[in-house]
Amino acid sequence: MEGWLPIVIMIACGVGLGVVGTALSQLVGPRSPTPEKGAPYECGVPPVGDARERQSVKFYLVAMIFLLFDIEVAFLYPWAMALRDLGWVGFFQILVFFGLLLTGYIYVWRKGVLDWGSQEGL
Amino acid sequence: MTPITPAHYLVLSAALFSIGLIGVLVRRNLIVIFMSIELMLNAVNINLVAFSQQWQHVVGQVFALFVVAVAAAEAAIGLGIILAFYRNKETVNVDEITLMRW
Amino acid sequence: MPTGYSANDLVLLLPEIVLTTGLLVVLVADLFTGRSRQHWLGWLTIGVLVATAVPIVALSGHATTAARGLLAVDGFGAFFKLLFVLAAAITVLISRQYLEVEQARPGEYYFLVLCATLGMMVMAAGIDLITLFIGLETMAVSFYVLTGFLRPNRRSNEAAIKYFVLGAFSLGILLYGMSLVYGLSGTTRLREVAVALATQSDSLALKLAVVLVAAGMAFKIAAVPFHMWAPDVYEGAPTPITAFLSVGSKAASFAMLLRLLLEGLPAMAPEWRGLFYVLAVLSMTVGNIAAITQGNVKRMLAYSSIAHAGYILIGIVTATPRGVTAMLVYLMIYAFMQMGAFGVLALLRRRDVVGDELKDLSGLFFRRPLAAFAMLVFMLSLGGIPPTAGFMGKFWLFSAAIEAGYVWLAVIGVLNSAISLYYYVRVVVFMWMREELESASVHPSPGVAVALTVAVAATIIIGVYPAPLFELAEASAKTLGMAPRVLSLR
Repeated sequence: MEGWLPIVIMIACGVGLGVVGTALSQLVGPRSPTPEKGAPYECGVPPVGDARERQSVKFYLVAMIFLLFDIEVAFLYPWAMALRDLGWVGFFQILVFFGLLLTGYIYVWRKGVLDWGSQEGL
Repeated sequence: MTPITPAHYLVLSAALFSIGLIGVLVRRNLIVIFMSIELMLNAVNINLVAFSQQWQHVVGQVFALFVVAVAAAEAAIGLGIILAFYRNKETVNVDEITLMRW
Repeated sequence: MPTGYSANDLVLLLPEIVLTTGLLVVLVADLFTGRSRQHWLGWLTIGVLVATAVPIVALSGHATTAARGLLAVDGFGAFFKLLFVLAAAITVLISRQYLEVEQARPGEYYFLVLCATLGMMVMAAGIDLITLFIGLETMAVSFYVLTGFLRPNRRSNEAAIKYFVLGAFSLGILLYGMSLVYGLSGTTRLREVAVALATQSDSLALKLAVVLVAAGMAFKIAAVPFHMWAPDVYEGAPTPITAFLSVGSKAASFAMLLRLLLEGLPAMAPEWRGLFYVLAVLSMTVGNIAAITQGNVKRMLAYSSIAHAGYILIGIVTATPRGVTAMLVYLMIYAFMQMGAFGVLALLRRRDVVGDELKDLSGLFFRRPLAAFAMLVFMLSLGGIPPTAGFMGKFWLFSAAIEAGYVWLAVIGVLNSAISLYYYVRVVVFMWMREELESASVHPSPGVAVALTVAVAATIIIGVYPAPLFELAEASAKTLGMAPRVLSLR
């Protein structure tokens, strides 16, 4: 159980750094808020209207689904690189992988998430 | 100029991990907390790829690929949960998540 | 260079393959069934679980590895897989009535329960860092969604957010530790890790890795001081999910922890023994003391489950075959009594009553004597009173601790069991109180009745005649780390 001291010191340093940082900015940092400073930065142009405009929730859903399917493609690249070594077994494995993705796609489709016109999928 | 050794990567990843860790602990906005967690996962990826380079095999890179994929899945789930919460409560500030207290 | 999988793997991975196919069938079936026939999905899910259990039992005698050494096929894995399938089945049985009251769609719910079960099975069988991590995440992501499944319910939302943020945070810590383990050993196969690290147990980086892995896993098993999420998540989640979370997720995390520590990091035993000694003592004490002050039964059971995690950690501290056997026995017993207790709570959920406050239990004995009797059995068992199963479980854990020389740990455990009796008995007292707050009676559906009957029967039978379970657990624990080492492709 000996030799733990460096770890304790490391933890203490980590905690200390966080505490000192936040404390210093609270104590030392000058505070003179002006409306200009608080306004959202829009490339030097005076902001027009509220930046927090409500977007349709459809955007989030489609973005998320894009993200998921997009990342799965990342697995295809190493597979393609090793295709010659993997042979037919590898080919059928990727078919299984696609089968799983396809089930997810059918699910998303049937749920109406891809249908921009209706409101049912929410 | 000194060559870049695995130790350099480890220092970078340790710094990134600490930034993420502190971010999770001190920030109050759920989205920012969430981004800090992603920083921690990216620190892990730097580690894995650096070790992969050091050992001269691809296992670490494969590990990193899985971490990326899982992080994406978590991101989708997490944003969905935060969105569901926001619809009911109109805030993403953790100080206002107060229905249950320990 | 070995290519891909062999035909033998298809047989060895049959439980996982059946479950994966089954959960896809449930998902697609949900899309193509009308609202009026949704209750069939529950029975379809039970069917999938039964079909998964058959190959698990058939393969339980093996001691080998599958998928090029990514997964172990051994008795240890089979024991846990059976536990998960059982817990999932009870969860599904107690869910239907609850979901009807909450007016939630069951299809995705059952799908996610099966996904979580699949993740747990991979966690129990994985002998590679990547596999274990994927299993853990499959389970965790499913549980994040299930916790927040009641979307209009703000408690459920909050619980999901807290669980998600802390779960993802702990995952980051765990992965950082795993990346260090990989960096120091140059492999992700646990058994090769053990060989590679055998000579460098005094390296500082390795100690840091052990601390990070232990902290990440301690989050998952809700051990003090990494327990903050548990009470809120348990209270806010749908009651059947709370049951599954407290039993399945905990057992799977313990299985993964055992694989990591005993198969991958045995060289670091002195270090992690010390760490988990502290965690066990803190979990038992803090969990029990905090449980006393709770007025909400789900919250009380959450703190009690923290305390139970402390008891079970004793087995890890001993790290002897006997200690691991006691852990397996205790986890199985805990599954029955904890699932049963939450089953009774789920039964109390009605249109206008949440049913998880202590006062909601008052007079239960006069309204529903059988449900009250079941709750009595579960409370006595959780408190560790003979002749219930909980007593046998604690007896073995504490005696394993004494045998391994951790007498004080056993003493602290016994003292804590005594404290815990106070709040378990309080539940019983409330059930026998005369004043009935409302007269609406509770009608258990056939599913709930079956689940509670099985849980009560198991709790009593194991308490009276524990030998078969003990022998099964002993044989299973022996296979941990016994599968022949396979050459990796490197």
